Amino acid sequence: MKNEAKLLLGDEAIAQGALDAGISGFYAYPGTPSTEIMEYVQRSRQAAERDVHRAWSANEKTAVESALGMSYAGKRAMACMKHVGLNVAADPFINSAITGVNGGLIITVADDPSMHSSQNEQDSRFYGKFALLPMLEPSNQQEAYDMCRHGFDLSEAVKLPVLLRITTRLAHSRSGVKPRAALSELPLRLPEDMRQFVLLPAIARRRYRRLIELQPLLMQAAQESPFNFYEDGPDRSMGIVVCGLGINYVRESFPDGRPPHPLLKIGQYPIPVNQLARMADECGRILVVEEGMPFVEEALRGSLNRCVDVRGRMDGTLPPDGELTPNHVRVALGMNSRGGEPVPDIVRMRPPALCRGCSHADTYKALNEVVKNVYGDGHVFSDIGCYTLGALPPFEAVNSCVDMGASITMAKGAADAGMRPAIAVIGDSTFCHSGMTGLLDAVIENTPILVMILDNSATAMTGGQDSHAFGRLEKICMGLGVERDHLHLINPVPKNHNDFTALIRRELDYEGVSVIIPTRECIQTLKKRSRGKSTVSPAEKQGGRQ
Amino acid sequence: MKCDIILAGVGGQGILSIATVLGYAAIESGLTLKQAEVHGMSQRGGAVQSHLRIADGVIHSDLVALGGADLVISVEPMEALRYLPWLGPEGWVVTNTTPFVNIPDYPQEDELSESLEALPRKVAIDADSIAREAGNPRGMNMAITGAASLFIDIPFDKMEAGVRAIFARKGEEVVNKNLAVLREGRRQAEVARG
Repeated sequence: MKNEAKLLLGDEAIAQGALDAGISGFYAYPGTPSTEIMEYVQRSRQAAERDVHRAWSANEKTAVESALGMSYAGKRAMACMKHVGLNVAADPFINSAITGVNGGLIITVADDPSMHSSQNEQDSRFYGKFALLPMLEPSNQQEAYDMCRHGFDLSEAVKLPVLLRITTRLAHSRSGVKPRAALSELPLRLPEDMRQFVLLPAIARRRYRRLIELQPLLMQAAQESPFNFYEDGPDRSMGIVVCGLGINYVRESFPDGRPPHPLLKIGQYPIPVNQLARMADECGRILVVEEGMPFVEEALRGSLNRCVDVRGRMDGTLPPDGELTPNHVRVALGMNSRGGEPVPDIVRMRPPALCRGCSHADTYKALNEVVKNVYGDGHVFSDIGCYTLGALPPFEAVNSCVDMGASITMAKGAADAGMRPAIAVIGDSTFCHSGMTGLLDAVIENTPILVMILDNSATAMTGGQDSHAFGRLEKICMGLGVERDHLHLINPVPKNHNDFTALIRRELDYEGVSVIIPTRECIQTLKKRSRGKSTVSPAEKQGGRQ
Repeated sequence: MKCDIILAGVGGQGILSIATVLGYAAIESGLTLKQAEVHGMSQRGGAVQSHLRIADGVIHSDLVALGGADLVISVEPMEALRYLPWLGPEGWVVTNTTPFVNIPDYPQEDELSESLEALPRKVAIDADSIAREAGNPRGMNMAITGAASLFIDIPFDKMEAGVRAIFARKGEEVVNKNLAVLREGRRQAEVARG
């Protein structure tokens, strides 16, 4: 017997769900664990046949704005990003709640509790609450699929964007998903109110008042949502509130998947207060099992923490940080957590490392020789990408990794403080995402910094997606005002090592902005091409991509 | 039927292809599955693992609980040991014996084989040699798949169908070489299990 379901990652279920819901455009910047949404769309024949928009954006802010523009034009659109990408896109995100939408708009954000591939583990539900927007949080791949259609319908019904929040474990876990018949795309249709998107103060005040007045409707939608339900149970000494994936770990803990306690499952926000009130009335205490920060738990406790006996991440019943596991939840339910044998002492850490043949390795070799061995440690600011691994042995070449673009601006601030030399190391894609504006700041003041834009012609860390920078870096730098005499391209192959170190030395002597662009294709994308997985070289892609 | 598996290895060694073959075989057998993968930074030569759960009923959690795995399948010997806390009391370890050394403090060969030897239920085979001898040096992961198939209650022909499916677009020769490696892996595992 064959299973009719499609085997999809949570990310892929979202992509397919949105395609089947008649979406016209996806906008995204790659970021773990959200990348596979757009990658799936780019491989999809269905998306190609409809010519759904599916090219990468320069960053998450441009992605959300473009998606909002598509919604303005009456069509369904989605912007996708990792959690820290929403920080970059916070401005259009928060304001899109004030403008509202025309065609349905879903902002999909993939949080990364346990920081598998991230700098923090912020919980995007706080952003949704901050923006006063409705939110959806799937507990499995099927819900991820179903919530896209539900989300677009909700978005159009209340004329607001909807935040779809997932976490790493669901994004990257595969399971059977039953698709539904696909809907057609919506026609081009301008907003009825031509002032809706004009956030001048007088209009914005009116729009904001509307947003506040909509809140009871959003609450009602959550209380009636098919993704929120209350399962009664005979043992009312405790009730369990589960959000997102939490329900799976709770069910896993009981042989028939049904706990003896009342269970409230939340998949749509705002927090459905009437169901929560029922649990508080009927149960002695409440255990909150949520993936991420204590969002529901904190709301339930309130500032005084007096009315209800609440257990969760804030009192240590569950760990305060990191993703949930079946074992954490078993312990929280008062059960034994049986582990196997301990890890033998001989097992060593095996952290990720730069690949053999990686161009960044040659760059760090040159940089260490000129900088670390002469001026000592502490002069190199880095950024977000594979090259951040230069912080680890054997190179230990860089001293910062904060957020997209921060290498250039932190080097500038340190140079302003008098630090010499001050060096920034940033990848080509990261530079186009958020480095260009910082470089302009430095050019305006002719700040003495050396910026090394490591050009491997790919967004490599997330799997070698196309980079906006390809073939344009030199022109971009010149356009920003970097002087021709202090702008250099070099191929960082070992035979150019001496030229490379001499070039770095020379530019460190210059009291102004220097840019060196070591250029060599990522070894992984090169290998993929030689294996025939992709036949298009970066050079061939340059003319324009789908 | 229920089989909870931890797949282990080093980023780039091809554990996801193992998961794809097993997943294909499970679906073709009318079973349900959940498979949690590692994407992102760790894929750059770091330790990677995948949780694969197969059952004939509903599967709730995407993750295997500590002490809950029926099988740890590893394409690298030290990585097999990293996941012992997940292994259940009756669980088996199926591992490659060829080390992947990309760290300076990799354990000594004798320490490693001693630790493997001490495992009560294990099958340790030289999957790299099997693949090389079959003229398919990149097929090491299929030898491990074949060995692991011995411990998963799914007909072996479904596993073979999985191999055919994932290698089909690379041509008949590649398919046959991988099938040969798969069968030899299973044969050696039968011997090793005793």
